Amino acid sequence: MTEPLPPGGAIGANPSFFDLLRQARPEALPAFAGPGELRLPHGTTVLGLKFADGVVMAGDRRATSGNLVADSKIRKVFPADDRSAIAIAGAAGQAVEIVKLFQLELEHYEKITGDRLSLEGKANRLAQMIRGNLPAAMQGLVVVPLFGGFDERRGEGRIFYYDATGGRWEEDDYQTTGSGGLPAKNSLKKRWRAGLDRVEATRIAVEALIDASEDDTATGGPDVARGIFPNVVVITADGAEDAPEADVAAAVDAVMRERST
Amino acid sequence: MSFMPYVPPEQLMKDRSEFAHKGIARGKSVIGIEYADGILFIAENPSATLHKISEIYDRIGFAGVGRYSEFEDLRISGVRLADLRGFSYGREDVRARDLANAYSQALSNIFTTQMKPYEVEILVGEVAENGGHDEIYHVLFDGTVTDEHDYVAIGGHAEELTGAVKAAFQPGWDLATAVRESVKALSTAEGRDVESDSLEAGVLDRTWSARRKFRRLPEDEVAAILAG
Repeated sequence: MTEPLPPGGAIGANPSFFDLLRQARPEALPAFAGPGELRLPHGTTVLGLKFADGVVMAGDRRATSGNLVADSKIRKVFPADDRSAIAIAGAAGQAVEIVKLFQLELEHYEKITGDRLSLEGKANRLAQMIRGNLPAAMQGLVVVPLFGGFDERRGEGRIFYYDATGGRWEEDDYQTTGSGGLPAKNSLKKRWRAGLDRVEATRIAVEALIDASEDDTATGGPDVARGIFPNVVVITADGAEDAPEADVAAAVDAVMRERST
Repeated sequence: MSFMPYVPPEQLMKDRSEFAHKGIARGKSVIGIEYADGILFIAENPSATLHKISEIYDRIGFAGVGRYSEFEDLRISGVRLADLRGFSYGREDVRARDLANAYSQALSNIFTTQMKPYEVEILVGEVAENGGHDEIYHVLFDGTVTDEHDYVAIGGHAEELTGAVKAAFQPGWDLATAVRESVKALSTAEGRDVESDSLEAGVLDRTWSARRKFRRLPEDEVAAILAG
């Protein structure tokens, strides 16, 4: 039950799951690392770009630990709720935990208040959670997300990017982050234009990841033989969903074919 | 110096119980009913935004009657309990039975220790996977909890409503039939026609592909069912 209020205190139920967890089960929060060098898996390249109907977010599948490939099938792009998605580069364990908390934060808010948070509200909340991770980031567990979603009030897709201190900026067209972010961004710079359709947007997202994998050893390229393809999440007014693997495979195939001739 | 006159505990409980009953009897009613694909909650509620029926978790729904502020308080506590448990353990570990027990403890505590008992009754429903048994728990203002089957009515006209649903109920109804028969029962119990624009309905639908099985039935969908 809610506790009695102090006179003049705040009223209303706090709709934040993060605050609730901090109060009720602080041990379940993502923990800060101790001092010293830890070799932990790191997720590498993710990107987000706008297209005619919304936003496409994509990420490669590799996690590295020093010079080793820690995981070749890791997932870095997640629907956050049914109108937004989050893509994360950085310390993989920390990142997955933050994504899980963020997803619950949105769901909890929706259930407590009966309303979905605005996209602006979601982006701000994520900034606060990344800022909360700052002590861990100082010790090398940096988590830098991209956040994309469909803004129902404005009727358009929007992309936000963050730094390790929780700094938050809105991006107009496309953005990348992670170790292969620079080559991926250069690739998008050449290919992106306003008003792309969904197929074209998927294709240039995949192409940027392939470019990143060619220039950055920590970014994994598509592995057709083993059937490992980038994760692509498409967010439109109709919802946020994983692009079917067949669509991603077709995009990979188109890029590869163009390059082999 | 003031002193408390002696009141026998039987009398105290009886007074509180009567007080809570009276409060609940003034309010509207809710029906929880099992149909082929899950559980339907339906109520007469003139407000489109202050809900009696809500989602708690993936497969768990909530309905309350009585004093709004009190069952809203219970609903929020339930969402908190469920989200915390789902995060700490696993999503499938959040069960309606545990919630019903938690509500029962809380309400029983309030009933015996607070100045006034909560004037509420609540339902907690959980829809099963294919082949399982749906669960509906009914928790009273004093913490009494019962495990209901097929259908249950709570609130102001609970008795008349239960009678009306009982007379019509058949297992395996589709959603449209369940809605139509429930509205008929509501109208019978109220002694007047209950209009579709003053209905609130929500379902836990096991065939729904999303993880969260709770869905509100929009007013036009309910109107279409009643017209069809």
